[in-house]
Amino acid sequence: MVKKPKVASWYDPIIKAHGTPRPLLRNCLVAFIFGGALCAVAEYFQLLISLIPGISDKDASSIVMVIVIALAALLTGLGVFDKIAQQVGAGLAVPITGFANSITSSTLEFKSEGYVLGSGCNGFKLAGAVIFFGIGSAVVVALIELILGIV
Amino acid sequence: MIGEWWIDILKAFLVGGCFCLIGQLLFDVAKLTPAHTMSILVTAGSILGGFGVYTKLADWAGAGATLPIISFGNMLVIGALEGARNNGFWGIWTGILGGVSAGIAASVFFAFVVALIFKPKT
Amino acid sequence: MMNGNIVRQGQSWIFTVPPTLIAAAAIGGPKEGKGPLGADFDYLFADNRDGQESFEQMEQKMLQIVCEMAIAKAGCVVDDMDFFLCGDLLNQITSSGFTARALSRPYFGLFAACATAIEGVILGSLLIASGAANKIMCAAGSHTCTAERQFRYPNEYGCQKPPQSQYTTTAAGAAVIGSEEGTIKITAVTTGRVVDLGVTDSFNMGGAMAPAFADTITAHLLQRGVSADYYDLILSGDLGRVGRDIALDLLYRRGIVLNEHRYVDCGCLIYGDDKSVFAGGSGCGCVASVSFGHIYRRLMSGELNRVLIAATGALLSPTSSQQKQSIPGISHAVALERI
Repeated sequence: MVKKPKVASWYDPIIKAHGTPRPLLRNCLVAFIFGGALCAVAEYFQLLISLIPGISDKDASSIVMVIVIALAALLTGLGVFDKIAQQVGAGLAVPITGFANSITSSTLEFKSEGYVLGSGCNGFKLAGAVIFFGIGSAVVVALIELILGIV
Repeated sequence: MIGEWWIDILKAFLVGGCFCLIGQLLFDVAKLTPAHTMSILVTAGSILGGFGVYTKLADWAGAGATLPIISFGNMLVIGALEGARNNGFWGIWTGILGGVSAGIAASVFFAFVVALIFKPKT
Repeated sequence: MMNGNIVRQGQSWIFTVPPTLIAAAAIGGPKEGKGPLGADFDYLFADNRDGQESFEQMEQKMLQIVCEMAIAKAGCVVDDMDFFLCGDLLNQITSSGFTARALSRPYFGLFAACATAIEGVILGSLLIASGAANKIMCAAGSHTCTAERQFRYPNEYGCQKPPQSQYTTTAAGAAVIGSEEGTIKITAVTTGRVVDLGVTDSFNMGGAMAPAFADTITAHLLQRGVSADYYDLILSGDLGRVGRDIALDLLYRRGIVLNEHRYVDCGCLIYGDDKSVFAGGSGCGCVASVSFGHIYRRLMSGELNRVLIAATGALLSPTSSQQKQSIPGISHAVALERI
């Protein structure tokens, strides 16, 4: 592991004095409201879909998720997603929209290098981390529970 | 209908909003990249899933808990544990992806369709 | 020393027989055209792709067109160019290599990140003063989408950028310099040293490069024996708003007070107050197009007489950044004067 270099001690206060701070309060408020509203709208449609006979609550949840993913992919293709994300930050990145956008943007971007070597090989360039750590940690958690016999 | 549902919708709003707020704090205060942030959240999801906490939260908050990426980790653990319950050790490996299948399949499929139709802009 | 055309003082070379900036041209994309310098570009593209298959091809096309324009403005043909010095931001500087393939002249590929255009002018004027060449073409260009996908994320990826980040310019600039007589002379050049104070935040390039700028300006003024007031305008190459403030502060601490109105930054200049570019523009196309468009025109019209351009470059790569290396900065300066 490479140790992260430090800014020269005399220069550190200068660079800090001139940096523009991130608008933390505004970013947090916008992320909370936008992300919350997105989940609220999804919840509304989930409840609506679960009224259809033969569709369980779990199915309704999956259906809404697929619709949200499709919309995120479409907005990415239209070139709108990144513009909204600049404004709402984690409000779009934390919900599954962020996951869908990371795959769609990579697939789209590397299309110029071909569908196989470009899109195929690079599609999970960013989302790969989520899959990697998600599966890795889930296996560990499940193994621990199996060993402890609490499954 | 919305009259009976407003409380569920409010719960989804609050819980979903809080998760996004945590994500924003990881971006802006911890100065993490999006990839680091999502990896942390998904790992937190599997740990919460292991304690069975997240399923309770999802029952309470609906989409507010299932839409954020944290639920991805939870669903992986649920799949792995369900497999373990049915098939023991090997069930972990065969069952783990069951819950997240819709999310991954839809993301890959729509990404490919979009890549076929559109070109990257600026 | 040398052949009587040049006097060397430390890292500065002062020309007793100064080479001429014969002609220069600048070209830009739609966003650059809408900026306050829009009228100073020789050609503006209506979109960032202009019918090309990839953004990389568009960047290469831009470089080639701007080179052809500069050659035409100089009243020359391609074969008059004894050397072609060019650089860009892409891995292995392919846009420049492919442009050199089209021009088919003796070629040196350069990389000094955003300072590439000025590195070209320095090397070109030294080659001319040495008598090795009569006419040289220097060029550099960048494209926002090629830089974005190489250095950061896919273009359509929704990542929130912090306020001190900079926006890579879609632009290119080219200049023809030579030994013949002309209005604008290259009177002195200062080659920068690499300065690294340990900044690792790749969203704060201005902060990483400002010390290199201060180092080169200090060296230039001392070695040429002039004060900052000697120049009508001092131009830094894309430090952005944050880096510009730091640079003023650093120079002030060294006893060099730059006049607020006579020190501008290319990155701040090119987009004006546009908030969508955060702290300002960057990329090799920024300094190249501002110097060879806006500044060249103001010198030609006599509005400016003496200009010092100190372009700055951040010598990092995505790999070095991910391996937690700090960002080395460099700054190259040229003095352009009407004589």
